Amino acid sequence: MSRSENKSSAATRVSSFVLLIIFVTLALALAALVLAISLYSNPETQGIAVYWLLLGFIGLALSTYVLFQTRQRILRLRIETPPITTTIECRKCGFKSVREFQRGDYVFKEVEPCQKCNEKMIITAIYREVREKGKTPSFPY
Amino acid sequence: MLREVEGSLYKLKYIRDEGRRIAIETIKEIGKPQTDPTARVDRFLEYFTISPQSLDPAGIVWKLEHILDVRDARFKDEVRLLAPAADETQANNLENTLEAAMALNYIYKVIRHYYLLGKKTLSLYIIMQIQMILPLVMREAEAYASALKAFAYGQPIGDGVGALVAAKLMHGHPVRKVPKDCVVAEVPFEGRTAYVIKAEGPGGNVGKPGDAIKTIIEENEGKIANIIMIDAALKLEGEEVGEVAEGVGAAIGGPGVDQFKIEETILKYRIPINAVIIKEDIGDAVSPMRKEIFEAADKAIERIRQVILERTKEGDKVIIAGVGNTIGIGQ
Repeated sequence: MSRSENKSSAATRVSSFVLLIIFVTLALALAALVLAISLYSNPETQGIAVYWLLLGFIGLALSTYVLFQTRQRILRLRIETPPITTTIECRKCGFKSVREFQRGDYVFKEVEPCQKCNEKMIITAIYREVREKGKTPSFPY
Repeated sequence: MLREVEGSLYKLKYIRDEGRRIAIETIKEIGKPQTDPTARVDRFLEYFTISPQSLDPAGIVWKLEHILDVRDARFKDEVRLLAPAADETQANNLENTLEAAMALNYIYKVIRHYYLLGKKTLSLYIIMQIQMILPLVMREAEAYASALKAFAYGQPIGDGVGALVAAKLMHGHPVRKVPKDCVVAEVPFEGRTAYVIKAEGPGGNVGKPGDAIKTIIEENEGKIANIIMIDAALKLEGEEVGEVAEGVGAAIGGPGVDQFKIEETILKYRIPINAVIIKEDIGDAVSPMRKEIFEAADKAIERIRQVILERTKEGDKVIIAGVGNTIGIGQ
């Protein structure tokens, strides 16, 4: 349910012009690296090869960094929606099943009959589980 | 500093736009409107409410209640026009969705106002003021963003834990409606008769617990031994989510009208009032209910049992009122 919401909107779309620049820089950097390698094989042009190598690495690092930052910006903007779980229970035999939340679910709603005793089951819980990231309190008192 | 505010403003704009998009999509999906609801939603997002004049504060509660009733009726009418195919539960959820979208729109506009004002006047102090409160504003905006999804899908939210406690107590017992938008069930509880009250679910609704409690007290001619109110309360940093605490007084938030009515009625009949609160932060209160909060409902019931056993005698009548938005919680 929540995954389908991550449609691209204007804010999360990366400009095609920016992408073009990144990929052109990347291609030029790779070309510079290839050129550096070919120049290095000739002892007379080994000095120039070092410059091309440096240029290639700088271009490669720069374009990778910009690409990574663009992706990070999009990830920062996204609103995270943790999965919501619905617990269904049979009050007669105690059979319990857990599934993903579906639109229309609510606590104490009667749902499909129990697989074991054919009694109507009810939704007993709807909640989300939060996994705390590195929960180490800086002030432990 | 300016760049930091600009970055947050960009995120706020994204959240606001997402809110608007979710609201419009939900209306189209559930309400099946004949025409495109976008223009009407945009108009709705700009609605405002003017609070009554308080120069002469006597009688202000009733004026405020009237204004809030008018606002509520107006919102309901607007939702009916926007989503003609929605049933009552869905209409309530849509109303809540639109209110969350409105809150996001307002937050974005206020922060944009101060950012632009700071830039225009070249005042560092204006920018500094927003920069200082920005982490709290962002937290609130993110909370509303998750609330929006919860409302759109009809998921229980953290604020509804009071209603959940009441629902757990009244489940399986006959319920009847009481004014306004509330339900009550007579539940035998430890040899006492408990009138368990909550807002009518499972649609997004807080009801008017003040009116409901007053009605039950008057039906019993004031012969109520104790009132216990259960509500979600904001926790302080360092406290655990789902911690249960107990005290006295009317545990109810909102603009204060219901709290005023409850206090007036209990004063008239000299009824003691106790409160059980479940602690959570603002983000948890308006986003889908966390497991810890859900599990705290059982701890709160145990605490209610203790209060009733300690503070009342067998055969007494008590009121147990679960306060909060009952979205995604039936009875």
